[in-house]
Amino acid sequence: MLDYETLKLIWWLLVGVLLLGFAVMDGHDMGVGTLLPFVGKNDVERRVVINTVGPHWDGNQVWFITAGGAIFAAWPLVYATAFSGFYWAMLAVLWALFFRPVGFDYRSKVADPRWRSAWDWGLFVGGSVPALIFGVAFGNLLLGVPFHFEDNLMPVYTGTFWALLNPFALLAGVVSLSMLTFHGANYLAIRTEGDVQTRARIAALIFGTVMLVAFAGAGVWVSSDMPGYVITSVVDTGALPDPLDKTVEIQAGAWMGNFASHPLLWAVPGATFAGGLLALLFAWVRKPVLAFVGSAVAELGVIGTAGVAMFPFVMPSSSDPRSSLTVWDSVSSHFTLEVMFWAALIFTPIVIAYTGWAYRMMAGKITIAHIEANDHSAY
Amino acid sequence: MITEEVVDLSRLQFAATAFYHFLFVPLTLGLSFLLAIMETTYVMTGKEIYRDMTKFWGKLFGINFALGVTTGITMEFQFGTNWAYYSHYVGDVFGAPLAIEGLMAFFLESTFIGLFFFGWDKLSKRRHLLITYLTAIGSNLSAVWILIANGWMQNPVGSEFSWVTMRMEMTSFWDLVFNPAAQAKFVHTVSAGYVTGSMFVLGISSWYLLKGRDIEFAKRSFRIAAAFGFASALSVIVLGDESGYAVTEHQQTKLAAMEGMWKTEEAPAPFTLFAIPDDEKRENSAEIKIPYALGLIATRTATKVLPGIEELEAQAAERIASGIIAVKALEQLRARTADEETKVIFEAHKADLGYGLLLKKYTSDVSQATPEMIAQAARSTIPKVAPMFWTFRIMVLLGFSFALLFALSFWFSAKNTFHEKRWLLRWALWSIPLPWIASEMGWFVAEYGRQPWTIYGILPTHLSTSTLTANSLYGSIAGFLFFYTGLLVVEMFLMFKYARLGPASLGTGRYTGETAPALKTAH
Repeated sequence: MLDYETLKLIWWLLVGVLLLGFAVMDGHDMGVGTLLPFVGKNDVERRVVINTVGPHWDGNQVWFITAGGAIFAAWPLVYATAFSGFYWAMLAVLWALFFRPVGFDYRSKVADPRWRSAWDWGLFVGGSVPALIFGVAFGNLLLGVPFHFEDNLMPVYTGTFWALLNPFALLAGVVSLSMLTFHGANYLAIRTEGDVQTRARIAALIFGTVMLVAFAGAGVWVSSDMPGYVITSVVDTGALPDPLDKTVEIQAGAWMGNFASHPLLWAVPGATFAGGLLALLFAWVRKPVLAFVGSAVAELGVIGTAGVAMFPFVMPSSSDPRSSLTVWDSVSSHFTLEVMFWAALIFTPIVIAYTGWAYRMMAGKITIAHIEANDHSAY
Repeated sequence: MITEEVVDLSRLQFAATAFYHFLFVPLTLGLSFLLAIMETTYVMTGKEIYRDMTKFWGKLFGINFALGVTTGITMEFQFGTNWAYYSHYVGDVFGAPLAIEGLMAFFLESTFIGLFFFGWDKLSKRRHLLITYLTAIGSNLSAVWILIANGWMQNPVGSEFSWVTMRMEMTSFWDLVFNPAAQAKFVHTVSAGYVTGSMFVLGISSWYLLKGRDIEFAKRSFRIAAAFGFASALSVIVLGDESGYAVTEHQQTKLAAMEGMWKTEEAPAPFTLFAIPDDEKRENSAEIKIPYALGLIATRTATKVLPGIEELEAQAAERIASGIIAVKALEQLRARTADEETKVIFEAHKADLGYGLLLKKYTSDVSQATPEMIAQAARSTIPKVAPMFWTFRIMVLLGFSFALLFALSFWFSAKNTFHEKRWLLRWALWSIPLPWIASEMGWFVAEYGRQPWTIYGILPTHLSTSTLTANSLYGSIAGFLFFYTGLLVVEMFLMFKYARLGPASLGTGRYTGETAPALKTAH
């Protein structure tokens, strides 16, 4: 049996893995949705774009659902506090996601061009709005969120929706939106040819550059004495979780502390630049598969950077810092973490294996001829 | 402070979005296996018509499935957005089956559904068949896990309250999985899904037969639906009885409300076939009773007594009194002012903690609760009788009507005369919406009957919500109303359009309404 402290750390890593799985898998089809109205100039081109992800978007979306479920099971306080606190942001994500299943499945079932164009924009919303909001949410986590716990551990959020839309959080939103769009553009370049592929390549070059510039900008912002959070009491990392049993201070530049004490961690933001620059290079020389791998590495870097900068914090509280949620005190019981660890250990490799098989079975370019030959069955 | 209005609006939003979600779930559960049966027949016989059947019913399946996915995400989000205290209080137990549902079931179902639609030319026959089965198994596995989660809300086994973390914590994963309430619910719910899928195929096929079109296609579809539906309708009744038995064991308040049993009757208690329950006067009028029936069905003995509402309220009042002690001890423990003796007292009364929490609706300091408050809280442990009594009876009545329809359909399809029985075809056509009504009634009985708890006997509903304002709730309900109405209109439009088009929508050139069938192959 693994000890509690180890399991708490493992679950921090596993949530990271699930978020990365979401960014790599669902991220690319959200990027494709965002690009859809722009890289497809007519109906058949748009059908090409949609059908590159047609068989896979649904399975990919489960990374998102499972990440949500895993946070519920492993970090119930984070799930409760973040989802209720970010009420309108979560509803905006949810309602934007509504457009995806119906957009994909219903769009080509009616020939009317107005119907199809409406769903194309629906897919655009379903891809871009969640991608933007996830980054905004991460930006706000880095800044700290105004919430506290009552004595019975009822989370109370005291901010407004509009306060979430501050400059730093919006910059983080630009990072995530451009990151997923970049990744989607690389995927599109793999699965298409001709005009659509040419436009996808241009999109990759644009959004890859935007991502790197925005990420660097956010990095400068954080390192130039942006307030971060520090636990000032002694932490018993193996203790039963009680988020109110600690003291926390806000200190300028605190988010740089982990990098200062463990210089090896610079490799994490380094991965963003290495992956992003290589992906740009490969997109430039028309090697889209390698570019896709590169943008996936960049995603690892971006998500990982936010994670290690804040560690052990997951959701700091700006209004009542001691209520801040950390890796140590927002978790489920020892037993549940252990059960869920085994569940994840068994099923995640199986999922990755059959997802890989599914992609292999459906491999190959989606062409205009393919769409015309399968008018009744293609999306 | 969370107002009663916020609690009511949160319940309304959850109920509305859950009912809406369950418009799409049963058809997915049932149709996925019917597709697998049709495709198995295709692979075994090599007859093209069975592949066309799989593809056509698969198209309708897809239209329905899209909204199932759409509305399912709402359900997962909503625990966190609107039921934050619930999520904290029981996430340690309740979150696990939800996460496993994602890992084990949603991935399987959602990965392979794409290959089901787009893999016809890329996969061998057998591989495609395997995909179809994996999709069906995936959808049914998701029902397993969500009903394990729901079963725990009804009968919270395998868990214990911890005052340090102020929540329920899992003590046995296998108790959770093999919870009898969950197992009975699972089989009853999926059988209801199979009935829904069968009725859908049976009814639409009947319509083609009534119109005299696509005869061969419709006849074969009808036969498969009749056979699968007959088996499912029988099992839904048998397993529904099992689900009812689980209720008798674990949720006596639900049973008493369902049956309108105001007073404890001598064993074996009679079954009230018809009555007009009056929640104000606490009595029934115009009763028609079948002697002994309820006692025999519900307890499976002739001697076990079923407690009536008055007796259950008296029991609840006792548990509330004990719960007050638990709440007081807990407050001292949380304030770190407790001594060892308080811990002992808390442990002794812990089982009634939830009953003490019921009083929080009336007073923030439960030790100051008046006898009237205790009486009111005890009374609140029984759900309203009239809605429970009626929804349950409508569900059962519909269930028996399905069994009869499928029995006749099966009989006449064995004799191969069903296509001439226009009354049977009309009956099947007009029955299409009924399984949905039955399913929603069943969920109403299950969930309304669990009130006033979110976790039966553990966590009162009025303590489970998020700290939101009523205006936020009005806003989100308006949003859901807007999106869900629009989506339903679009879905129904497509469903009717493609059902009317029939197998011609496949563009094979072999079915009614298609022009110039040779055009495509001629090129």
